[in-house]
Amino acid sequence: MTLSNLPLLSMLIWTPILGGVWALIAGDRQEETVKFFSFGVAVLTFIFSVILYCEFDTTYAGMQFVEETRWISAFDIKYHLGVDGIALPLIMLTTFTTILVILAAWEVIYERISYYMCAFLILTGLMNAVFMALDAILFYVFWEAMLIPMFLIIGIWGGSNRVYATIKFFLYTFLGSVFMLVAFLYLASVAGSFNIEALHDVPLNLTAQKLIFVAFFLAFAVKIPMWPVHTWLPDAHVEAPTGGSVILAAVMLKMGGYGFLRFSLPITPDASLYFSDAMIALSLIAIVYIGFVALVQEDMKKLIAYSSISHMGFVTLGFFIPFSIFAATGSSSGAIMGMEGAMMQMISHGFISAAMFLCVGVMYDRIHSRMIKDYGGVVNSMPIFAAFMMLFVMANSGLPGTSGFVGEFLVILSSYQASFWIAFAAALTLILGAAYSLWMYKRVIFGDVIKTDISELKDINSREGFIFVLLAIVVLTFGIWPAPIFDIMHVTVEQLIEHVLQHKVIG
Amino acid sequence: MNTDLMIALPEITLFALASLVLIVDAFSKDPLHVWTYRLTQLSLLLTFALVITSTPDIAFNSSFISDAMSSTLKAFICGITFVVFLYSYEYLKENKSIKGEYFVLGLFAVLGMMIMASAYSLLSLYLGLELLSLSLYTMVAMQRNFDSASEAAMKYFILGALASGMLLYGISMIYGLTGQLQLHDIAVAIKSGSINHSYLVFGMIFLIIGMAFKLGAAPFHMWLPDVYQGAPTSVTLFISTAPKLAAFAMMMRILVDGLLPLMADWQSILMILAVLSMAVGNVIAIAQTNIKRMLAYSTIAHVGFLFLGLIAGTATGFSGSMFYIISYALMTMGCFGMVILLGRNDFEAEMLGDFKGLSERSPWFAFIMLCLMFSMAGVPPFLGFWSKWFVLKELVASGFVELAAVAVFFSIIGAFYYLRIIKLMYFDKATTMTAVKSSKQMRMVLSVNGLLILFLGLAPNALMALCLSALAG
Repeated sequence: MTLSNLPLLSMLIWTPILGGVWALIAGDRQEETVKFFSFGVAVLTFIFSVILYCEFDTTYAGMQFVEETRWISAFDIKYHLGVDGIALPLIMLTTFTTILVILAAWEVIYERISYYMCAFLILTGLMNAVFMALDAILFYVFWEAMLIPMFLIIGIWGGSNRVYATIKFFLYTFLGSVFMLVAFLYLASVAGSFNIEALHDVPLNLTAQKLIFVAFFLAFAVKIPMWPVHTWLPDAHVEAPTGGSVILAAVMLKMGGYGFLRFSLPITPDASLYFSDAMIALSLIAIVYIGFVALVQEDMKKLIAYSSISHMGFVTLGFFIPFSIFAATGSSSGAIMGMEGAMMQMISHGFISAAMFLCVGVMYDRIHSRMIKDYGGVVNSMPIFAAFMMLFVMANSGLPGTSGFVGEFLVILSSYQASFWIAFAAALTLILGAAYSLWMYKRVIFGDVIKTDISELKDINSREGFIFVLLAIVVLTFGIWPAPIFDIMHVTVEQLIEHVLQHKVIG
Repeated sequence: MNTDLMIALPEITLFALASLVLIVDAFSKDPLHVWTYRLTQLSLLLTFALVITSTPDIAFNSSFISDAMSSTLKAFICGITFVVFLYSYEYLKENKSIKGEYFVLGLFAVLGMMIMASAYSLLSLYLGLELLSLSLYTMVAMQRNFDSASEAAMKYFILGALASGMLLYGISMIYGLTGQLQLHDIAVAIKSGSINHSYLVFGMIFLIIGMAFKLGAAPFHMWLPDVYQGAPTSVTLFISTAPKLAAFAMMMRILVDGLLPLMADWQSILMILAVLSMAVGNVIAIAQTNIKRMLAYSTIAHVGFLFLGLIAGTATGFSGSMFYIISYALMTMGCFGMVILLGRNDFEAEMLGDFKGLSERSPWFAFIMLCLMFSMAGVPPFLGFWSKWFVLKELVASGFVELAAVAVFFSIIGAFYYLRIIKLMYFDKATTMTAVKSSKQMRMVLSVNGLLILFLGLAPNALMALCLSALAG
């Protein structure tokens, strides 16, 4: 049996889920065992995703590693999985982040550690599954089920206002998703199938497309999140434990972006064209306005949360700018660049936001405050930490040589082909991002030591150092040499653009 | 005549056994009524066996039918009642208020439900309904020394009688217009087109009001929260599960078997009832602090969802409603089972606060309750998601996309109060660390009940196929 014969996708879903169930059964009495076991499961899952990457055929645009079995035969709903160039990088991001999250909890979570590990492992399996599902109902089941562990993570291990934050998080995302369900049901009644690839080809009139687009928009814009439906995110981030914030920022937000690529654009291309100007406007508002909002934050986690929303503005900009580029230039090469830039931005933001939240987590574990004003002069007692944070803050503001630069630059470059002013507004982020990131860094790390407990801080230990080294490596590698990611997605994005730029309207 | 009796064999057997239980109990001196209880459960199992082996046929001058729908519903009624009695027996033992009559009346209520499921004329339907209702009134009132129970019983009886009156008035209208009581003949007579349409609709409205009362659909829901809260938990548990299946059967018989030619009319009436029920149920449930009362409002909301499948107006839509009501009964059974589990001899765990910190006191049952609550809210991968999915799918397929959008909107509001219970169990600290005590039997059945919700959520195909085949004809 060769590697390619293994049901790799199912293994990526069920290994962490079953591992999580075992961790729960083992219980808190065997704390050390549970931790090492969970770490082992996370590493194993990551290895599976590496095998997936090695076996992946970068010249083929369609779905690979397809698994298809009957699930609910009464309604022809299938357990149907597959990955393409859009899903694979996101799956690797998920499995990589899980390792970090489990390491980050090692000495920090005292309470109900087995629940914690269980929730994160199950969440990993479900997130992997969301990126793989090729049946709309299967997708929806995983998409919603994912809310349950996250709801518990924020609610059990969160900060003082966690109940408000987690219920807001749950209801907000639930609100978005249920309308997506109605859209799926309508599409299925037209297409006669829940197969996502079949839904891509179903002809629809413009009114139906617009309504479906709005339903999808509610689901994905809340998740990603776009201005003005972003308000749940700062609350959720602030209250979530470090691990929860990391997963939320690094992976869960990407599901909104993935949804736009997998559903909104290919299923309703004409409505996407119709709404593209509005989407671009909303993206620019997120980039510029939310950038200003981030500037005035006094809570570090809130600042990073707003910075995430602003960065996600680039993603939605890159997804909806192709229509304008195509209209302006008549060629799809600029459109491809914009979309690939947006994809790159998603991956890169996954690493950088994870790193930023982990930095705040390191400080929070020592001082128990997220407020910028409680810090100052941290560099005196934690020089190594300060150096790592420097790198991540620079990456967050899009410094060339870090992965943060690649995506932003490509999106700005391609939007210049559509309109100078769009590119101008988007490029403001280079100033704003640098301003809010560096200003926060300056206030927290440099300056006078304002309190005695800061002068007594211990620098990062080897566990924390290991996490940061891992992140620093990926941030720098993909900043200097992003080609592997582009290679994976290039043909898929090309095919997607080709599909999206065709009209499929009837009547 | 002989074959007629054979077709009604499950009912006749149950009647004989219920009478036997009555006699045995009259001579029993056992304060725990062990034999009454055992015989009751045995009767249910025997009836269940007879139901699933029955063959489709029609009897008693076409006023009694045994078809796929009736057998499926009757089998679930017996099965669900079996578990309900098991929970109830624990509750009654704990409260030292076991009366043999609880089980005897319960069996007669089951008989009434079975007759409703099999009735094929308006009179036999009414007979079943009254047998059920009268048994339930008495069950609610059985704990005479509780003011709340007596009040609830009085309210239930008066409003129930009013509803029966409405129903009877509707029956007399339809009978007067068509000259028929048998459901199939009514449908034929209406289809002939010789009867004034608005008179028919007038009669039908009374029938629907009567049924809406019995199901607890808004705006005819006022009795429901008071009865759920006032009745002993064992009785609330009973009322909220199996009788809903019977009420669904009644709707199917009257609206689909009898009044199908008037579908466009009853669809629009049900639409109003459905939207009102979902709105009233979900919004008012948020304000409740008593879990029995909260579950009562949640029932009202679920009834609204149940109507959606009927509004779809197709055979698969009706199957969707059937799937919905069966899942609902399984979930509610678990919820009241939890209330019984947490209660102790001197204390009813009926306030929401009693669930505080349950995950520390009993992680396993907190998990079971978590499954039940997420299922009620309609979150996958639990059974409750599929029941909502099924009716919504049929609704959208029949072109009622706007109604589906309204329904999912209300289900978001509904999610809030289910989440609140999970919040109490997992995010709050326990106020008491008393361990959850109960018999092994109770723990096992409740665990199976909760896990079934998860299992059917992961593999709903068998139950869906069953509901589809039950209404395929």
